[in-house]
Amino acid sequence: MSFPEQNSAENLEIKESALVTAGWSAEARKDAFERTMKSGLPTARDEYWKYTNPKSLTSKIVEKAPLSKDKEGGMFTGANPIKIVFVDGKFAPEKSDDLDVSGLSVERLSIINKLNLHWAKDLYGRYEKLSQVSVPRPLAAYNTAYADEGVVINVSERIERPINIIYEHADEYSDVILRHIIKIDDNAELTLLENGPAAARLNQVMEVKLSDGAKFNHIRVLGRDHERRTATHIFGELGKEAKFKSFTLTVNGVLTRNECFLNINGDDAAAHISGACIGDGDFHHDDTVFITHDAVGSESRQVFKKVLRNGATGVFQGKILVKPNAQKTDGYQISQSLLLDEDSQFLAKPELEIYADDVACSHGSTSGAIDEEALFYLTSRGISKQIAIDMLTMAFLAEAVEEIENIKLKQVILDLLTNWLDRHSS
Amino acid sequence: MLKINNLHVSLDDEDKQILKGVDLNVDAGKVHAIMGPNGSGKSTLSYVLSGKDGYNVTNGTVELNGYDILELEPEERASLGLFLAFQYPIEIPGVGNMTFLRTAINAQRKSRGEDEISATDFLRLVREKAATLKIDTDMLKRPVNVGFSGGEKKRNEILQMAMLEPKVCILDETDSGLDVDAMKLVANGVNALRDEGRGFLVITHYQRLLDHIKPDIVHIMADGKIVKTGGPELAIEVENNGYSDLLDEAS
Ligand SMILES: Nc1ncnc2c1ncn2[C@@H]1O[C@H](COP(=O)(O)OP(=O)(O)O)[C@@H](O)[C@H]1O
Ligand SMILES: [Mg+2]
Repeated sequence: MSFPEQNSAENLEIKESALVTAGWSAEARKDAFERTMKSGLPTARDEYWKYTNPKSLTSKIVEKAPLSKDKEGGMFTGANPIKIVFVDGKFAPEKSDDLDVSGLSVERLSIINKLNLHWAKDLYGRYEKLSQVSVPRPLAAYNTAYADEGVVINVSERIERPINIIYEHADEYSDVILRHIIKIDDNAELTLLENGPAAARLNQVMEVKLSDGAKFNHIRVLGRDHERRTATHIFGELGKEAKFKSFTLTVNGVLTRNECFLNINGDDAAAHISGACIGDGDFHHDDTVFITHDAVGSESRQVFKKVLRNGATGVFQGKILVKPNAQKTDGYQISQSLLLDEDSQFLAKPELEIYADDVACSHGSTSGAIDEEALFYLTSRGISKQIAIDMLTMAFLAEAVEEIENIKLKQVILDLLTNWLDRHSS
Repeated sequence: MLKINNLHVSLDDEDKQILKGVDLNVDAGKVHAIMGPNGSGKSTLSYVLSGKDGYNVTNGTVELNGYDILELEPEERASLGLFLAFQYPIEIPGVGNMTFLRTAINAQRKSRGEDEISATDFLRLVREKAATLKIDTDMLKRPVNVGFSGGEKKRNEILQMAMLEPKVCILDETDSGLDVDAMKLVANGVNALRDEGRGFLVITHYQRLLDHIKPDIVHIMADGKIVKTGGPELAIEVENNGYSDLLDEAS
């Protein structure tokens, strides 16, 4: 099998002439452009992409992603969020809420980009660049170079109302780049909810800086419009006693690659990354996580659960790196798959790299089928096989969903899962 | 009500015959006890009756209220009124006891064309039945059998039986591992369900349970067959003399 060369005519062009040359971000963009040129776009030959073929993420031609009949709605309305809506990556002011909330500044990249000076300059591309040291992440560098829209948020207090970014998809061939910058100041707190198919192809990067004592709760739902292709990166830095929590639910999607790269630089900080997914048929979902502990007494958790059926593929690449100074690190990583048939597969590469001596780190990765004994027990009580399998499926996913602290938001996720299973009896 | 005729069963995996021609009729209103040495096939019989995978019926028939059940799925048999109290109840992390019970009741009702039980009726019923079995509400909130002691698991089986109101109840060594008080609770639970329309098949090693659940008929099973059938006195004979005399006499 041969794949197109990274600079072949079949791939996205990386053109210097397309760069924005004015404003505070110009330098970072030029820099990122050079990084992208140097590493080239990812190919299936790259070690980091050995389980996920990036071809459709880098090809010049975007494959069609038909729209689902039901529209992406406000699944989080119960949480009374501040809504920000993008349609195929374009901001939709008429669908979005008033963003004038005290303690919170929300701006759009397309608008502030024209300025000569902005606080975002310190963050834009910073963590993305840092992440390239361990392994090239060209899609993220490409995003830094060319992103022209996204939200730029500064949180200076504890914000009660969540922000909900809703990504609608209206054009079957849309190819979208989005870039979000989030800065949470000392002891401030933000809950960010994201949902929606966004585009036929989406390249999204979010850079998050948590200052000392800051809290970030992130819940994301990727669903609908099955043919869509998505590559996301979350980059973050945690200050002292900061808390980072991110949960992603994925149902549907022919190709999803979610990368998360976090640096824990503050003592006693905690980062929890989790995800639940159900893949059915032509579905490929990849979670790639890299957490660096670079401070004393910090904690990280990675909890990923994947249900795979009818030939679906799940991928997990997860790494915990503990630097020599990061004593008393508590690191936990679990990735599990429930394979509902023999055509489905789970590919996992869990890694620990530890340079400090006083640490407690554990990781585990398992792949298994439905527990036949449990299935018999349930059916022997009159529960149909399908419902029994669904109950065991939900039970399997529970550990990941339990990572969501807020009970109402957890219920939203549980309902989405239950409804999905009801609609997709195999 | 339950008619087992010349039942021969081997394992799917190995070529091993386990049941070698079991004949047994359980009539409505009657309690049958099955006793027999370890490995004689009692649990196998209970699994084959309730439809567990992995067994191969090579000969014979089983009818439940006129239905040939051997081709039916476990859930279909349950909806026809068959219930097995497991010798080793399974723990199911992540599935709540209450959700499990309610889903089971409603599934059975639905398959019989009946309305679902309302949430309040369900709660009232489960609280009432749990109280008589001394199962506290905390246990009900936990995942199915997770963190339950051996005795709690067995009582939970009887709770399920009481909630589902089956027609034929098979109890596989429900008494083993129970202290005297727990055994009385279980026996009371069973006795409360005894009525004209319901048959029981009680598998046990000990006369002890049968002191509390008085059987109408006692069968001795050995090497995959019923080798002797009699009245309650047969259980007492086993208690006093063990199986060997009986088995010698039967062979
Ligand atoms: N799944 C199985 N695999 C192998 N052997 C089995 C299996 N189930 C039952 N057996 C064998 O069948 C015989 C009867 O077992 P069982 O029905 O459990 O007896 P009892 O309940 O009377 O003690 C035993 O010899 C047991 O080892
Ligand atoms: Mg047994």
